[in-house]
Formats: sequence, structure tokens, C-alpha cells
Amino acid sequence: MKRFGTFAQRWVVFAVAVTVWELVTRSAADVFFPPPSRIARAAADVWFSSAFGEHIVPGVSRMLGGFALAAIIGVALGLLLGRSRTAMAYLGPLFNFMRSIPPPLLVPFFLATVGVTSMQLPTIIFGAIWPVLLNTVDGARGVDATKVETARAFRLSKVQWILGVVLPSAAPKIFAGLRLSLSISLILMVIGELIGSANGIGNQLVRTQRDYDLPEMWSWIVLLGVLGYLFNTLLLIVERRALAWQPKHSFETQAQAIGG
Amino acid sequence: MVRTMLDVADLGHTYQAKDGAHDAIDGLTFTVEAGELVCVVGPSGCGKSTLLRSISGLIRPTRGTVSLHGTPVDGVPADLAVVFQDYSRSLFPWLTVQRNVEFPLRELSKAERTARAGEALAAVGLENAGRKYPWQLSGGMQQRVAIARALAYRPALLLMDEPFASVDAQTRFELEDLLLRVRREQDTTVLLVTHDIDESVYLGDRVLVLSKSPARVVAALDVGLGEKRDQITTRSSDEFVELRAKVAGLLQSAPTAETVH
Repeated sequence: MKRFGTFAQRWVVFAVAVTVWELVTRSAADVFFPPPSRIARAAADVWFSSAFGEHIVPGVSRMLGGFALAAIIGVALGLLLGRSRTAMAYLGPLFNFMRSIPPPLLVPFFLATVGVTSMQLPTIIFGAIWPVLLNTVDGARGVDATKVETARAFRLSKVQWILGVVLPSAAPKIFAGLRLSLSISLILMVIGELIGSANGIGNQLVRTQRDYDLPEMWSWIVLLGVLGYLFNTLLLIVERRALAWQPKHSFETQAQAIGG
Repeated sequence: MVRTMLDVADLGHTYQAKDGAHDAIDGLTFTVEAGELVCVVGPSGCGKSTLLRSISGLIRPTRGTVSLHGTPVDGVPADLAVVFQDYSRSLFPWLTVQRNVEFPLRELSKAERTARAGEALAAVGLENAGRKYPWQLSGGMQQRVAIARALAYRPALLLMDEPFASVDAQTRFELEDLLLRVRREQDTTVLLVTHDIDESVYLGDRVLVLSKSPARVVAALDVGLGEKRDQITTRSSDEFVELRAKVAGLLQSAPTAETVH
């Protein structure tokens, strides 16, 4: 009963918003604003047709591929740079400069240098790497002095030190960076596909817009929202599992343990 | 088989700061025999931590030498373990108690690691806490985990940096007795740094009294309280009262190094 209550609480505003949207768009009867029920029908037709393999899979693969590479490079580089005494003094200004460039502006650059077919991945990696890289650096630097001395006193190996002490110490900040990087990946995937791509969600968005197929265009927009929500939820689940050792995530289990 | 475990000779360390050099310790000379428990007591800020860091190889002292069972210390020795004051930061919160104790034993096989950690946890009375996380335990229990981690490492020398300064008085008594029992059972050589006079007399076979900064050894007192000690009877014995007064007197009148020269 309680579980249903939380579920209702989370979705009631959403349901009301969709209902209002439905009523308003129906009464307005404007071609540019099809009602949600019309969009849903278009979505059901399009998402599960051949477009799934032709556009959704390539788009999502680009996004996840780019995000994964940005995450791996960003975490690995961030751990090493964060524990180096001098690296960030030299690289800090450069990183902050590069991070300040709005990532979509890199699309024309990669379009010109790498070409239409393969510019998506470098765009996503270059745009999404900064939050995870800089957050990892920050987290790696923040290992407290006692842990540094403990690790040295017990002569931990380099691998134990980096993967067993620095990485878990930095993990909360790394996940904060990953969440930002994930949403940037989604944005850059669409923008890359809008500007130059033979397939993908952005490509379909442009096509339907040119064809004035507004219900389908809206269905692609809705799909982006669904994907963003879905991947963010998945990342949160991973985060909760990875950081389950943190006291604040476990108050309930602790209370149960104490209460018997 | 009495032999010298730790030999500190004319040890000195100077920190270079912006406003000039600062001598933390100077001309420190003493030894710790195998199986001995030696307490170092000194006024706060006298350089006790610098001394421990020099012995453990965490910093390179500016002057003098440190030898562990005859080998000069250069870098952190393999058979030395440290128990820090700040147990909550010294333990790894993402590892269970068992894994915390096993973590430094990387050169052993998995089965040996498990066995050793189990033994060490049993020695500190935490045989049932292995699967908990450190933060689920009280402060005193966390420090027991840190002690178990050091014991499982089977060090030739166990260094303890104000190990009981962050727990309440009742727990401190328990941990002191635990330390006495464990070192008796395992014949561990211990060098313990403290600012607590009573603790230094209660625990030590010998007490080294340090001067104000830069720290020097003002006196080395033998504690003749025997092996079996008890928080109530030992602390009220004449010998204990006399010794603690002596240490207190030495600390109060502790000359700085300048006046000794």
C-alpha cells in the first residue's frame, strides 16, 4: 500500500500535465501541437517499425559508445592527474579553457576534419569528457592525509593504491561527473545527427520537420525524453550499488540492524 | 634472545617553513628491545608525530639514523605497522571489517589472508564483526579493527600514534588492557606515543619522557609494575603513583633543548 502511495506521488503531477496537454491541444486543434494521444500513436507506429534498427539503435549506440569512452578516459586520466603533484598546475588552465567551449560548436570542426560518417563519436567524447575528468581529478585530490599515510605505512602496491583507495575515495564525485557527462552525451548525439548524419534520431527529427510530419517529429522528441530519463535512472541504480558502502545510503539497513 | 629491535641515534628533523627553519626533534637517542613496550610521552606539539613518522619511514629525517633490527630505515620498512589516532579516517569505509584487515596482506594467498584476518579479529574480540562496515561500529570497536589490521600484518615493530586519544575514558581503559593482553600473547614489540602520563606508565615497560620542541629524551624510566596489570589496583599502587608523579614533574620542568645546551 505504501509502495503504491510513493508511486502515485511520483507520477500524479506527470499524469495531470499530460491530461491538461491533451485537453488544451484538442481544443486548440493546431497542426503544430498534436495532442499526446496522436503523438503516442505515431510513436507506437514509428519506434517499433524498421526505424528501430535504422535510427534508434545507431543513435543510442553512438551516445552510449561516446559516453563509455569519455567515462573510461576521463576516470583513468583524472585519477592519474589528480594524484600527480604538478600535472594539474600545468594542465588546469588548458582544461578549463577547453571545458568552457560549448561542445556543440565542435560539430563543424569535427565535420570538417573527420567527415560526416564518423564525426559523432569524437564530438560526444570531446564534449562529455570534461565533467567526469575534472570531477575525478577533484575527487582523487581529496583523499585525506591519514589514508595516504595508512597506504604508505602498509606499503600498498600502486594498483591497490589507485584502484583500492583513490578510486573509491573519489567515487562519489566521479558519479556526479558521470551524470553530467551522460546528459551532455545525449545532447551531442542529437545535435551531431541533426547537422550531419545518414541516420539516427536527430536525422529523423530533421526529416519529419521538413516533411511537416508533426506527430512523428514530436514522437522523436518524446523518445529523447524517455531515453534521457531511462539512462539517468540506470546510472542512479549503478551509483547506488557502487556507493552502497556509504553510511547515508544505508541508514535504513542500519536502523534495521539496531532495531533487530 | 634479547636483541635491539629499534635503534634511534641522534635523530633530528628540521621543517623548512616560509618564516624560517623549525626544529621539530633534535638529538633523539634511544633503543627498543625485542618484545618491549615503550611509551613515549611528551608535551603536546613537542614533535612526537615527527618522531613516529621518521621511524616509520614516512618522512626522511634531516639528521641521525633509525635502524630496525639492525637494518637502517630508508623508506617504509616491510615489517612495520602503524595504528593511527584517527581510526575513522585510517580505516577504509568502503571495505568491510574483514576486508580492511586483509587489505595490506596482498602477498599472501586468499586462504592465508582470510585465516590471518580471522585470527587478528578474534584477538581483539571482534570475531563476529567481519562482515560489518567500520562506520557501523562504535569508535572503540573501530580502533580495535585498526589494531587487528596491524596485528594481522605481523610486524616486527608496532607503532601507535596516540591510539586511544579519540575514545571515551571507559573505552580507553578497555583498549589499554586489550593492548597489554595482545602484546603478551603475541610477543609484539610496541612503541606507543601518547600525551597521557597515566597511560604511558600503565602500559609501558619503559617510559621515555620528551622535552618541549625540539624534542629530546629527558629521561628513560623503567616501569616495575610487572606483567599483569589492572586498571584499579595497578593505578592505585604506590609504584604507579610515584612514577606518574615523577613523569609529571619531568614534563612540567621539561627544559627546552636550548637550556640543555
